[in-house]
Amino acid sequence: MWFLCYFLHRLLDYRIPEIESLARLFLGEKVDLKWRQSPYHHPDSPFYFIDLPSEDVARNIASRSVLLKGILEVWGEGRTYDELRISIEAYPEEKKTPYLTPDSTFKVVVDTFGKILNLDEQTERIHSLSYIPFQGVVKLKNPEHKFWLIETDGNDFNNGLPPADIRSIVFGREIAVSDRKVVVKYELSRRNYLGPTAMDAEVALLMANQALAKPGKLMYDPFVGTGSILVAAAHFGAMTMGADIDIRVIRDGKGPDKNVWSNFKQYDLTPPVGLIRADNNVPPWRSSLSEVFDAIVCDPPYGVRAGGRKSGGRKLLQGTRDPYIIDENKRKDHIPSTAPYTLAECVHDLLDLAARLLVTGGRLVFFYPAPRDECGEEDYFPKHPCLNLIANSEQILSTRYSRCLLTMEKTSRYTDEIAAEARKVHQEFRDNHSEMLQESRENGSLHHIVFAPSSEAKLNGTEARPRYRGKYV
Amino acid sequence: MRLLTHNMLTCNIKGVTKGFPLSIEVQKLETKETDFNPDFLKNIFPKLEWKAFHDAALSVGLNDIPEQVDPVMLEDSEFLQKFHHALLEVHLEEGALICPETGRRFPVSKGVPNMLLHEDEV
Repeated sequence: MWFLCYFLHRLLDYRIPEIESLARLFLGEKVDLKWRQSPYHHPDSPFYFIDLPSEDVARNIASRSVLLKGILEVWGEGRTYDELRISIEAYPEEKKTPYLTPDSTFKVVVDTFGKILNLDEQTERIHSLSYIPFQGVVKLKNPEHKFWLIETDGNDFNNGLPPADIRSIVFGREIAVSDRKVVVKYELSRRNYLGPTAMDAEVALLMANQALAKPGKLMYDPFVGTGSILVAAAHFGAMTMGADIDIRVIRDGKGPDKNVWSNFKQYDLTPPVGLIRADNNVPPWRSSLSEVFDAIVCDPPYGVRAGGRKSGGRKLLQGTRDPYIIDENKRKDHIPSTAPYTLAECVHDLLDLAARLLVTGGRLVFFYPAPRDECGEEDYFPKHPCLNLIANSEQILSTRYSRCLLTMEKTSRYTDEIAAEARKVHQEFRDNHSEMLQESRENGSLHHIVFAPSSEAKLNGTEARPRYRGKYV
Repeated sequence: MRLLTHNMLTCNIKGVTKGFPLSIEVQKLETKETDFNPDFLKNIFPKLEWKAFHDAALSVGLNDIPEQVDPVMLEDSEFLQKFHHALLEVHLEEGALICPETGRRFPVSKGVPNMLLHEDEV
């Protein structure tokens, strides 16, 4: 059955992967979902048709989706109201009549994309549908059936919206609408304990959806910080576990009522089953541990807003000083010094950890930064022989760089040969991107790309910025 | 720290080969009520090192965890309750984990085990 996904106009690149993940979650198996767009629609258009096995699946998907507005059964579409009428009249009667009976209640919602209609215009649009034999009673609060009439603008001037070639009008029956209240509930401004890089609630919920969070599953965040990603996973019922190298953040927080635990208590969620102070570079997992996590979800430190740290002193690893000797009587309270943890190393450790500790079919969901011009390049992104990239969603952060949410699925078991192979692949990756991944502030490093002052030529440029900025423009 | 976490951790000092299981030094235990979720228990059961779990349960004063187990026991609700309690409800709030090979003490404070190594242990 074909349904219309009516999306919100946000995080454009994340919308289809989210629906695909939710379909996977509710169908329980890998399915090749069929998508189509009506002619003349821009890839950033809010309308996408999807083929789903049943209305129930569509309802389940909408109930968890963050980026959907709703799912409709389309009765007709057209570029003008005349075309719409022809299309609705051609839609099979047996699919319409059950929802038009005299004993039912209904309402018609008029919605627009890229334009505004005043109340009179909306009423006029509704009255123009008089050729549909509605026999039920209009009820504005909690009607049995809701119909949507959605009109988009065809103007060239499109207030920052994607270029629309043509006006389009859609009419359909509502199957389900999404619940955006959850995004408000978890808003960071209401969060008890926050860190400087806490993950935005909407994105954290999206990450939990990508990770297929659900009751009975165990999810791990190796860079847990204040727990903002795990809160979203726990919202969907998953058990959570986190680690961080900074003990102050996870153990102490800002006091007994303002710490990672209190962030879960605040929403009445099951707290993490464990918080561990550990270094992702030298993880403390027993060697026989394998296939334990259903998902690993994280936002690794990549040195733009916060840099990573790992064990072993900075000077020691540079070789500029001799190994430390710590007196026996000082060992108890010794605070080990740490060294910078480069992005290449961090991601290598992360992929290897995921390959080892994820269950087969489990998912690794993480952010990876990219200079704007590298986002389309497949070679730019890290790979692992056990992990298959299933989604790469770009979020443009500035004119210079983006972060991409990568979703990978473990497809094969982790063997000694694979561990050796992974080291090789990783070495090639490092060789190809050495300057990009260095900690230095020199040309080419991500930090440099993000923070270096603009060249003069650019500053003097007078050409106006495009009003619409998107991946496909 | 719950026993689930304990079951996953090892002493990872360079050169140590038998860092698992860490023995538990108890200073303060707490019981925190946790929602009972049989699906999660069944999911995690095959992934545990049972002997280490049994011994850890003993060291925190729980002697009703059987030494030998079989997956059919997961159908027994009484067993599941005991398993749930030992795995997820008993917390080591203050204490330490001790490496069986080197005797290195990894402190546990406010329920968080500190597994970070010193510079000369990496």
